[in-house]
Amino acid sequence: MSKRKWQQLKETIIKYFFGINGVISILVLLGIFLFLTKTGLQSFEKISLSQFFLEKEWNPTSYNNPQWGILAMLTGTIYIALGSLVIAVPIGIATSIYLSEIASPIMRELLKPAIEMIAAVPSVVLGLFGLIFLVPIISTFFRISSGLNALSASILVAIMVLPTIISISEDIIREVPQEYKEASLALGATRWETIQKVILPVSASGIFASIMLGLGRAIGETMLVLIIAGNAQAFPKSFLDPVRPITANIAIEIKEVVTGDLHYQALFATGLLLFMITFTINLVSDIIIHKQLKNLNHEK
Amino acid sequence: MKNNRILKEKIIFSFIKMAAFFSAITLVLIIGYVFIRGFKVISWQFLFQEVQQRDITKGGILQAIIGTIYLGIGTFFIAVPAGISSAIFLNEYIPDTKTSRVIRVAIRNLAGVPSIVYGLFGLAVFVQFFNLKTSLLSAILTLSSMTLPWIITASEESLKAVPFEFREAALAMGATNWQTIKKIVIPHSLPGMITGSILGLSRALGETAPIILVGATFYCRSLPTSVFDKFMALPYHLFILATQHAHPQAHEYALGTAIVLITIIYLMSLTAILIRYHLRKKKNA
Repeated sequence: MSKRKWQQLKETIIKYFFGINGVISILVLLGIFLFLTKTGLQSFEKISLSQFFLEKEWNPTSYNNPQWGILAMLTGTIYIALGSLVIAVPIGIATSIYLSEIASPIMRELLKPAIEMIAAVPSVVLGLFGLIFLVPIISTFFRISSGLNALSASILVAIMVLPTIISISEDIIREVPQEYKEASLALGATRWETIQKVILPVSASGIFASIMLGLGRAIGETMLVLIIAGNAQAFPKSFLDPVRPITANIAIEIKEVVTGDLHYQALFATGLLLFMITFTINLVSDIIIHKQLKNLNHEK
Repeated sequence: MKNNRILKEKIIFSFIKMAAFFSAITLVLIIGYVFIRGFKVISWQFLFQEVQQRDITKGGILQAIIGTIYLGIGTFFIAVPAGISSAIFLNEYIPDTKTSRVIRVAIRNLAGVPSIVYGLFGLAVFVQFFNLKTSLLSAILTLSSMTLPWIITASEESLKAVPFEFREAALAMGATNWQTIKKIVIPHSLPGMITGSILGLSRALGETAPIILVGATFYCRSLPTSVFDKFMALPYHLFILATQHAHPQAHEYALGTAIVLITIIYLMSLTAILIRYHLRKKKNA
């Protein structure tokens, strides 16, 4: 075989090697969606959609009258997701403004790794910390018998999503062209007025996207809420009630079910719901961030 | 008038600073608390002896440490090669069409899907469909599926950072596609790809929810001898000690386990940073 031919053959083999790898990865990832959908949708042959979404009671193991309503658990998920954002959004945005516009280079070099290191703490460790440190404080402060509730979980999930909000918002704010700031300062605006009237409006959609990504993480968080949220299935009336978010419910019940029965399928249906919610949230924020970065780079 | 505006700025800036320091202090508080309260239980016995189910104070956490290390090694050898070569395929071989862009966006967004959903997937596919049972192998494959999107996304970013002119120059000199990739593209993007992979892996090792579903168990008498055995892992051991163990000192031992887990994860992140630094320096030299 001539050297040239061998060379061409080698090129083709290598190309196919990468191709097969790529296709397998894509198939695996596609498989996630297919398996979830297939198993999850089977449950709707026996459970009506309105029962699933609108009934409060979830009691799959009842012999006579099993209940399949996820509304109470979904409310728990929403409480914790929104509660954590209420805490994390102001702190996160303020921190990203500080890091990108106010901090001295030395402060920035110190704070940024510290915040990135929070992102590396496993949620189960944060859960343990919360259980020993935060939960007793909450129960003493509100004079309730147990601090395992939606409020405690919201505070800890807020810590979990802070790094997401900070790092993405900061990236976006840094992309605001220097000329914008200089123009504003040259017109006599103070630094705060520049931030408030120029930088924040320009980067608003990117910051919004970072909040959405934080929301996605909060909805999907499992171990923290499993440890901290209290696991009660009753419909929560306030933030001081224990809740069982959808993620925690899967972790608790999946080990006890018989493979392939209705309970198993129904848990997959809740997993499918989580998948669709988080995937949509991520997709929307992804599109917003890319559009924003493109616009800002275009301006430069 | 001007003074008022400056005063307003000062007040607002001090609030912003407070928020920023709060973010950083949280970390110090969490890590500090875990280390100070858990440090007492760290000893040679704790690190190198097997778990004594009857009395946790009499043994260590060896099975959990080894289990997590096996999990890390297995995931590394599956997810990193698969992820990096998929990224090379997506970025270097297939043309930038609408379909390929849809695939890329889908992969990027799979990185944000909750880990428990990957656990369900692993349960349905590896444990049941491929009949691997709840085992170390099922857990490795599940964590590999979960880290794959992270590694592909990180690798693609560093491939994109290689200027297009570099490739054109190599191709214009008569290099083949693979020669260009091997000699130009990979050397320039390797630091980023390796760093991204190790960071993804370290995140995977802290995950608890997916491995509960596919093979981690709260107690094994001995170390796993094959990939088809069940195994113990640090995050799950920690979870059990924190929530379901009756021993009065269970929380302290959970904190000790947390110290080991955090140390492993931070050492991996540090390695990633050092590798990046080293390779960058070599490249610039």
